[in-house]
Amino acid sequence: MTLPMGRPMREIFGETVAQLANDDPRIVMLDGDVGSSTRADIFEKAHPDRYLQMGIAEQNMLGVAAGMATMGLIPFISTFVSFAVVRPLDQIRVLIAQTGANVKITAGYAGLFTGQTGMSHIIVDDLTIMRAMPGMVSVAPADDVEAAQVLRWAAAYSGPCYVRLVRDATQRLFDDSHAFRLGEAVVVREGHDVTLISTGSQTPRVVDAADLLAADGIDAHVLHMATLKPIDVAAIVAAADRTDRVITVEEHSVIGGLGGAVAETLSQHRPTVVDRIGLQDEYVQSGPNDALLDIYGLSATRVAEQVTRLLRARPD
Amino acid sequence: MNEPLVVRDGSADADEIARLDEVARRIRVEVVKAVNVARAGHLGGPLSAADMLSALYFHVLRIRPAEPDWPDRDRFVLSKGHSSIGLYAAMALRGYFPVEELATFDGANSRLQGHPDMTRLPGLDMSTGSLGMGISAAMGMALGARLTGRDIRAYVMLGDGECQEGEVWEAAMSAARYGLDNLIAIVDHNRLQQYGWPGNGPDGRIPPQVPGELVAKWAAFGWRVIEADGHDMADILRALDGAAQGDGRPTVVIAYTIKGKGVSFMEGHYFWHTRAIKPEEFATAMAELGEPPMASEGEPR
Repeated sequence: MTLPMGRPMREIFGETVAQLANDDPRIVMLDGDVGSSTRADIFEKAHPDRYLQMGIAEQNMLGVAAGMATMGLIPFISTFVSFAVVRPLDQIRVLIAQTGANVKITAGYAGLFTGQTGMSHIIVDDLTIMRAMPGMVSVAPADDVEAAQVLRWAAAYSGPCYVRLVRDATQRLFDDSHAFRLGEAVVVREGHDVTLISTGSQTPRVVDAADLLAADGIDAHVLHMATLKPIDVAAIVAAADRTDRVITVEEHSVIGGLGGAVAETLSQHRPTVVDRIGLQDEYVQSGPNDALLDIYGLSATRVAEQVTRLLRARPD
Repeated sequence: MNEPLVVRDGSADADEIARLDEVARRIRVEVVKAVNVARAGHLGGPLSAADMLSALYFHVLRIRPAEPDWPDRDRFVLSKGHSSIGLYAAMALRGYFPVEELATFDGANSRLQGHPDMTRLPGLDMSTGSLGMGISAAMGMALGARLTGRDIRAYVMLGDGECQEGEVWEAAMSAARYGLDNLIAIVDHNRLQQYGWPGNGPDGRIPPQVPGELVAKWAAFGWRVIEADGHDMADILRALDGAAQGDGRPTVVIAYTIKGKGVSFMEGHYFWHTRAIKPEEFATAMAELGEPPMASEGEPR
């Protein structure tokens, strides 16, 4: 069975932050001239006085956000991962992470779904970069339901955080009974043969992959890890204890992101064989979403194929 | 030091100017002493900025040193963060912390880090050091003040070499768009950067900009430009007073200064941007600043 589609996270972004701002006059939106793409325009319509166009000048935008935070405001950032993380990285480091500024780096266009823009816009290592930065918290919600929860959490959280949001509609994993909590991984499917750990909107595709694997007699345990830092050590160790075999799957480079974090954790706390599915130290070309998922091995079918191959290649 | 008279936008008589000149002299003395003790830190920039730091901290800024987080204070961001010891000296003399603490500058566990760290020292409005960033933060403070209805001004001091950073011009563009006349930038135009381009200027280097370049650029970006002699206290106060009279535009004060001002052998030489002081140089510097060192003070760590 295939999980149903949810709504695009970017719409959730515009709507949720606008709703939050109804009750919290400290919330402002800083836009790097992409509000019609990130759907910060929804916020602009609701709160025109608190929508601040910063132009195509992202280094300044992140610096302005830090200054505004010192005035008691809560800036949300509207731009793409490439211009929210990589281009203004030193501003984030010095002015936001090192000062603990209450800035919400809510970056759209995470992962492969960037509207066929190609490798200049597809950032493969944002989780690696933000996870390694002292003072920064990173969250990658699985679907639209969790994205709304994470945005509400971010507004209430005091300090800098990075929230990874996807442009297009992705599959819905959770219903309203789900409750996001920072640093807490969630078991989304129980199994005994192998643990698949995923993050962000890759998790629903991994759940689908687990269903395909079940048809082949492989009973996969699936852990969704929205937060890479702080990392849920207990949940990772418990899953490794259960299956004695761990494979990470991420719509991201296998270097230093989810796979790196899980491998670091298990090597210290419970030495376990860890394989890492994801982008293999490569850049991503432009193309339709489904084609990219297939090419880079991240569709449910391709994940299931790789898991099967990895288990055969290195049996317990 | 007695609690100084703080006059906002007020005129300054001869006594006030003499008082501010004396503060600037003491800032320079403390800068040279602290850098000598630390065997590290920058000299040229703090010395060129000393008069303006005196004017800001002892005359212009609306601040409460005993209540550094006072919400309605004016903000000051030292975008040229490598001149930190000049700012620390001004803050210490103004009463934010004991002057004796300046001897910890650049040391391990000191609140007076090589570049300003706002998480360690109350009274610092922003952490800086990576050039070009402070003006963006100050713009955020000015914009934030407008949105929160606070009648305050955000001041930011930049270096002229720093104006080579692209972010400075992103901020200049954006602040003009918002008409932030509560944002006041001061460029310490000492016409030297750390090393500079090779050429036929002093010591075989040439200034960061050609004459008139900064004035033309800031004006082209929609800023009101006020030029001043950065070592003439009356002229500094005239410029900052003018800058405080908002006209719907952000204002930049281009302050013409001399790098290393006050110590003859440092003046105008790029290599005193950052350099350890020899004992005989220290004695000469202190004498020129009108403060021969006591036998026990200013000893290197």
